[in-house]
Amino acid sequence: MQGRINKVTLAETILAAHCGRKSVSPGDFISVRPDMILSNDITAPIAIREFYKMGVKKVFDPHKIVMVPDHFVPNKDIASAEQSKLLREFAAEHGINYFECGQMGIEHVLLPEQGLVLPGDVVIGADSHTCTYGALGAFATGMGSTDIAVAMATGEIWMKVPKTIRFVYHGRLQEWVGGKDLILYTIGQIGVDGALYNAMEFTGEAVDSLSMDGRFTMSNMAIEAGGKVGLCRADDKTVAYAKPRARRAYQAYELGHVDECAHVIEYDVSGLEPQVAAPHLPSNTKGVSQFRDVKIHQAVIGSCTNGRIEDLRLAATVIKGHKVAPFVRCIVIPGSQQVYLDAIKEGLVETFIKAGCAFSTPTCGPCLGGHMGILAAGERAVSTTNRNFVGRMGSPKSEVYLANPAVTAASAVLGRIASPAEL
Amino acid sequence: MISGKVFKYGANVDTDAIIPARYLNVSDPTELAKHCMEDIDADFVKKVDKGDIIVASTNFGCGSSREHAPIAIKAAGVSAVVAASFARIFFRNAINIGLPLLESAEAAAAASAGDTLEIDLEAGIIRSVTSGETFRANPYPSFMAGIIASGGLIEYTRRNLAGGAQ
Repeated sequence: MQGRINKVTLAETILAAHCGRKSVSPGDFISVRPDMILSNDITAPIAIREFYKMGVKKVFDPHKIVMVPDHFVPNKDIASAEQSKLLREFAAEHGINYFECGQMGIEHVLLPEQGLVLPGDVVIGADSHTCTYGALGAFATGMGSTDIAVAMATGEIWMKVPKTIRFVYHGRLQEWVGGKDLILYTIGQIGVDGALYNAMEFTGEAVDSLSMDGRFTMSNMAIEAGGKVGLCRADDKTVAYAKPRARRAYQAYELGHVDECAHVIEYDVSGLEPQVAAPHLPSNTKGVSQFRDVKIHQAVIGSCTNGRIEDLRLAATVIKGHKVAPFVRCIVIPGSQQVYLDAIKEGLVETFIKAGCAFSTPTCGPCLGGHMGILAAGERAVSTTNRNFVGRMGSPKSEVYLANPAVTAASAVLGRIASPAEL
Repeated sequence: MISGKVFKYGANVDTDAIIPARYLNVSDPTELAKHCMEDIDADFVKKVDKGDIIVASTNFGCGSSREHAPIAIKAAGVSAVVAASFARIFFRNAINIGLPLLESAEAAAAASAGDTLEIDLEAGIIRSVTSGETFRANPYPSFMAGIIASGGLIEYTRRNLAGGAQ
């Protein structure tokens, strides 16, 4: 299926279609009507508080609002239970989309899987990794709770139209190299503010070759370079993913014309090895072979970045027949109940448990130092998550190294950062 | 006129540094303020006085979308943040809740910890009482002036909604 090719950037095409204008240009301030408005158990309580301050009684459209308790769920303590209770009560009162513990998943795994976000959409979420849906060719971006409150009340939100930086990835990827490695490499090249205020576009044959799961991983970390959105073109794979899930019309777009991009950055990734980001920035990235002396205490496989079924398949392929190293914890967290079920059906859960991994219900949990795998002072984790800031996974004296699921699984087995090729 | 002493930080101060996620099981500003900057400056909360000013290099507030970050800074008593640049979501959040931000690479580079700054928000002028130097912050886009003048996005929207209903 061939999408539309436009003479403006994809970001501009989608934004224009959502603000009632024929065209928009970078720098324009516009009022956008989003297709979906998201918040979670950390950000929704503030959004709900601010919502009522406006003197509003009802949300503008319950079908375009979703709340997902996922960060501290199943609730880790009384305070987080009180927060989740606010979401539950608000969702029930207003009839919005809501996923209870038992049906939920990590929001950015769950929403595409459920068909709640679709190609060509504008999606805003009170979570910085809302940019994940750019993989579908949707303009999806993170905001704060107050923005979400206003959008829930009015159906509109202000935006500044971003410039676009196109990233073109040439070449065929090596074994064990995927979306996580491409995005870590990119952030390493341009820095954590290298795409600040810009739309990023990911294209080229290496991106074309990725599954949707791999593309979600790439778009997910656009924010780690400061990007407002991380867009992929909607191709046959996108449509094959979206079509059976969609319960409303959507628009599959090609990228716009390259001349309209502010910058074009091209990489030959044919020789790229799996990438690892050392503490304490996602831009501290080098090839995995540079880290072989780094001992670990914990390995985490999951999150909105790498908690999809392909991620678990990769990790299971690596770990099958091996054991997690002595005194190392390997924690595997599926991104949604559907991913969990698929992992059971495919025998992946058995593989992980026989290898000595802990296998959890879906949650953001350890990624942000919430629960389900907090690090003590002096401890070090390798993780498929997205951030390795000071204190991100627990003690401010702990360390997080970011890697893909195959590298993380191999590291769990060897007790040090390792390439799957070493097993 | 804002006046306060400087707390100086480097580049890429992330929202986990501003307010660690382990404290995000509450959203009360006073509670959040108790842990502001805890993981990169354990004494910040003890030392900060009402009106003080955070000064940092590039990409201040990068990372998560948590509005708890500007809320914690504001509730800790900080009157403004001056930085060479701000991360996008943090910038929106701060404007939305009425925490003044000033973007000036020169002012950020010149200030040292403990200096006293005076800031004229309306004029966008930052003056170092310590050194006598004066800096002009990059002006806000005119679109945002209305939000800032209203004291934040909620009041701005509330007024617009009330106006539309008449």
